[in-house]
Amino acid sequence: MSEIKQTFNSSLGKKLIMALTGLFLCTFIIVHLGGNLFLFKDDQGYGFNVYANFLTHFPPIEVIAYLLYLAIIVHAFYALILTLSNKKSRPVAYASQSKSPASWSSKNMGLLGSILLLFIVIHMGDFWYKYKFTDTVGFKEYRTNVLTNQRTVADFKPVDPTFEHSVTTVNDEEIVRVKDLHAKVATTFSCWWYVLIYVIAMVSLSFHLVHGFQSAFQTLGWTHRKYTPVVKFIGTWFFAVIIPLGFALMPVVYFFQSISK
Amino acid sequence: MSLDAKIPQGPLAEKWSKHKFNLKLVNPANKRKYDVIVVGTGLAGASAAASLAELGYNVKAFCFQDSPRRAHSIAAQGGINAAKNYQNDGDSVYRLFYDTIKGGDYRAREGNVYRLAEVSVNIIDQCVAQGVPFAREYGGLLDNRSFGGSQVSRTFYARGQTGQQLLLGAYSALNRQIHKGKVKMYTRSEMLDVVTIDGHAKGIITRNLVTGEIDTHSGHAVLLCTGGYGNVFYLSTNAIGSNVTAAWRAHKRGAFFANPCYTQIHPTCIPVSGDHQSKLTLMSESLRNDGRVWAPKTVEVAAKLRKKELTADQVKEEDRDYFLERKYPSFGNLVPRDVASRNAKEMADEGRGVGTSGFAVFLDFADAIKRLGQEAVAAKYGNLFDMYYQITNEDPYKQPMRIYPAVHYTMGGLWVDYNLSTNVPGLYALGECNFSDHGANRLGASALMQGLSDGYFVIPYTLGDYLATIGPKPVDANHPAFAQTKKDVTDRIAKLLALKGTKTVNEYHRDLGHIMWEYCGMARTEEGLTKAKGMIQALRADFWKNAIVIGANEEVNASLERAGRVADFLELGELMVDDAQMRKESCGGHFRLESQTEEGEALRNDDVFAFVGAWEYKGDNQPEELHKETLEFEFVHLTQRSYK
Amino acid sequence: MNLTLKVWRQKDANSSGKMVSYKAENISPDMSFLEMLDVVNESLIHKGDEPIHFDHDCREGICGMCSLYINGRPHGPKRAITTCQLHMRSFHDGETITIEPWRAAAFPVIKDLAVDRSAFDRIQQAGGYVSVNTGGVPDANIIPIPKVIADEAFNSATCIGCGACVAACKNASAMLFVSAKVSQLGMLPQGQPERWSRVQSMVAQMDEEGFGNCTNTGACEAECPKEITLTNISRMNNDFFSAKLFREEKVHDHSGGGE
Repeated sequence: MSEIKQTFNSSLGKKLIMALTGLFLCTFIIVHLGGNLFLFKDDQGYGFNVYANFLTHFPPIEVIAYLLYLAIIVHAFYALILTLSNKKSRPVAYASQSKSPASWSSKNMGLLGSILLLFIVIHMGDFWYKYKFTDTVGFKEYRTNVLTNQRTVADFKPVDPTFEHSVTTVNDEEIVRVKDLHAKVATTFSCWWYVLIYVIAMVSLSFHLVHGFQSAFQTLGWTHRKYTPVVKFIGTWFFAVIIPLGFALMPVVYFFQSISK
Repeated sequence: MSLDAKIPQGPLAEKWSKHKFNLKLVNPANKRKYDVIVVGTGLAGASAAASLAELGYNVKAFCFQDSPRRAHSIAAQGGINAAKNYQNDGDSVYRLFYDTIKGGDYRAREGNVYRLAEVSVNIIDQCVAQGVPFAREYGGLLDNRSFGGSQVSRTFYARGQTGQQLLLGAYSALNRQIHKGKVKMYTRSEMLDVVTIDGHAKGIITRNLVTGEIDTHSGHAVLLCTGGYGNVFYLSTNAIGSNVTAAWRAHKRGAFFANPCYTQIHPTCIPVSGDHQSKLTLMSESLRNDGRVWAPKTVEVAAKLRKKELTADQVKEEDRDYFLERKYPSFGNLVPRDVASRNAKEMADEGRGVGTSGFAVFLDFADAIKRLGQEAVAAKYGNLFDMYYQITNEDPYKQPMRIYPAVHYTMGGLWVDYNLSTNVPGLYALGECNFSDHGANRLGASALMQGLSDGYFVIPYTLGDYLATIGPKPVDANHPAFAQTKKDVTDRIAKLLALKGTKTVNEYHRDLGHIMWEYCGMARTEEGLTKAKGMIQALRADFWKNAIVIGANEEVNASLERAGRVADFLELGELMVDDAQMRKESCGGHFRLESQTEEGEALRNDDVFAFVGAWEYKGDNQPEELHKETLEFEFVHLTQRSYK
Repeated sequence: MNLTLKVWRQKDANSSGKMVSYKAENISPDMSFLEMLDVVNESLIHKGDEPIHFDHDCREGICGMCSLYINGRPHGPKRAITTCQLHMRSFHDGETITIEPWRAAAFPVIKDLAVDRSAFDRIQQAGGYVSVNTGGVPDANIIPIPKVIADEAFNSATCIGCGACVAACKNASAMLFVSAKVSQLGMLPQGQPERWSRVQSMVAQMDEEGFGNCTNTGACEAECPKEITLTNISRMNNDFFSAKLFREEKVHDHSGGGE
């Protein structure tokens, strides 16, 4: 045991933890973005609401979700420890500004990470917490004719306060009653400063990942003349451009939809 | 006092093996009872300290730099010779021996040189085992190149940084022993004197360069591995800190100083650009493998080049004099260093020198670039070209390089016998610090070989013999000799610190350098040497009156360090002049204008001067006494060197 | 050229220091940076003032002794050279040059611009070697080494131990320095027997010396006068994790049936 403790207490061990948790979070955001693409589907929130319900009620996902929260906390906590020890390594600062060539993002991971952490707290407070622990999120009832695929939507007020969701089939109609997170999203994203927070956070995410993704590979020692350019390409175009852009589009689109209504 | 070199009798090839057998051994259990002091951590020092510690001795190692890895061996570029004959081109131990003796203009001992050639092969094995990344062929075997006038390819190299890689190898071996506690390393410590008790070296006095503390260290033997004294010329390719102090202090305590006038001037250095210059930068001799040396045929063209009315590439082929190729058709640009240097100087003296100062000739790669392509030339010499560009701001791919000789290595040094022992028992000198092996001129890629040979493969045997003889009784650190020597050191420091004159130590050093370069440099005359002697004496007297030394002893004080070293150079300079004056012949790096052939080549006088001149210190401002160790040549036939 | 220098002056490790301004006059563009400081020092000595102390030795970019953080960059504004190879033509007339020592907890200032880099030595002593004694080694050509491996090992081995990587790193991390040695010996066949123990001992010593952690900014690589690459750090990381997590380091207990 002590040997393992020693490993993770070493400078490299701490970096290993940063890299592994970081990469885990990277895989998460892919899934998260994928699911959230339902927001762009014009189905009155059906797909999105069902997906949200699935995420919160399928046990294996719930386990992974808690691992995810843990990963965020560990990633942030070790970042703090490393930053503090790094500060201690240079007690007297230089008088002149460093002009050593190094990317802005690589030098400001702490700042970017802090913004993201703050964002995650706001974001989870607004959606995850309210969805799971409060009754501020309403319900919707989706009736879908299985023969014609015609769907009607209506608000739904459950009688039982502990009601979560139900799927029943009456005649040719499938009735899905589910929490209406979609409406919550739409309301939230109609507020301009909220949208701004999201956009800023996604810019931070972009800069965080443009360095972070490939940096994790470097830390793990997975560099290779042939593959490192591929990693850098993915880190830049997929993680730092497509993903943050995808996330940022959601509030922006909903905001413009809300004012055009 | 007669000088006994202790060369073993018998056939050349058996001398060393026989000698090793005859040397006494120290019982393994007793080795830890001996303390050995090693001063200097270059190739010789680091390898000796590590090897002795491996054997079980307690070693104390000292260097004035902040880390043992900084010793100036690190700057050697070209390579290291070894008679491996991996290239199947006719090399052998005997050929390396013969080339070295001949290259040294028959002023080295046969026995020593043969041993050097013999152990050269072990050095390469040792270094490879340590992880030294020598250059390799595509098949994975070691690559060799021909170097410095040699007609076989026996030089092992690690790009242009062979010295660095070898030193880091020795440094790693040293580190291993420091980690094991067998070597105690003292960095930023300068040795300022040797302590002798009953004629035996038993310790040293050092100054801690951070605190100024004067410390005494005792040991059963003292090994000086402190490098050469080229900085007596002020400008040289040595590091700024390289100095003669340790060797000179030992000399003043009785160790003979041999052949001080043998200095090597390296032909391919970057010329001086102005008075502010603090050191000269050498470019590897390997450049001469593909570069062609030339000067303008006429004084007129040279003058135009100096005034920048003409650039080198505009000089027509018929106006160029490839003087080395012309004078030495068979060796061409690859003649030994002394020959190449002297010819460059001749060009400058004739007014055919180039560059703003006129003290330079061209080294031209245009043909090589045409023949091999710029890429191939860059692959071979890229780092040297970059360095040249960095210093001069001229692109050597477009314009020929300007080169001029600079002091590079000193063949002279403390006199040692076959066991590397000076005439003071218990005091040893290794590497460039001693005089042995290179005679009057050192071949390229042989300095690294000698340093490592002394440290790895000679001293571990020969020191044991001495230690076994004196026995493991602890050295009495309370002996009054320690206190007395320490007092001498502190007195001298006080005397230096009291100097509050008008001229900086650096200015004295520069003046001394000018005198040495002018009168005791590439060509020496009776008249010039007489003049130089007077000038040095006057300069020294003035130094002790008018120099400025700033600060106190109990602090970091570069001014004081510098003053102590320059004061010693001011004494050494005079001895070099004496030696040069005594040696009325030309040989190797020592060229007396009075002694040359009709064609202007160095003319030896073997009947009179086939000896090692070892000087004994006789007191301040007293003439030193010359002792001669006759050089006997049983195996090689002395010939006039000819590279035609 | 005439320049203004702002130089860190500090009497010794225990004193506090400050920036002091000096005029450097009649400087030739052909001078090296250290020769420029020599000129300033000569004039200080003539005035009876204490010269500016800085470490330097070979003045040809190989010993690694010179340092100096010049205008926000270790070894000054040019790539792939040391301070002693920097020439004044890289500056312009009238410029103000700020000169500071390397700043790191592991590199305490000794005086003015000179710092104590013995931490580097201790890291090397912890394991930067192949444990072979003098003599008794096999012939140099007995193990062929592919040229690419030999060349790569050489590239790592060119580190001069100047500490510019630490000085440049915003975390004062010594990873580039440590990894260069770990890589060199880790790649060569001669280094294999101790490969896994070496990386652990050297990293442990590095941590003990109080260097910061690597955040892969790449400033070290950009400032290294010998252009040692980040690939070395990656190799070291890989070896370290491999050693810590997967390699057997101790002989299994064969003393027989339990306690």
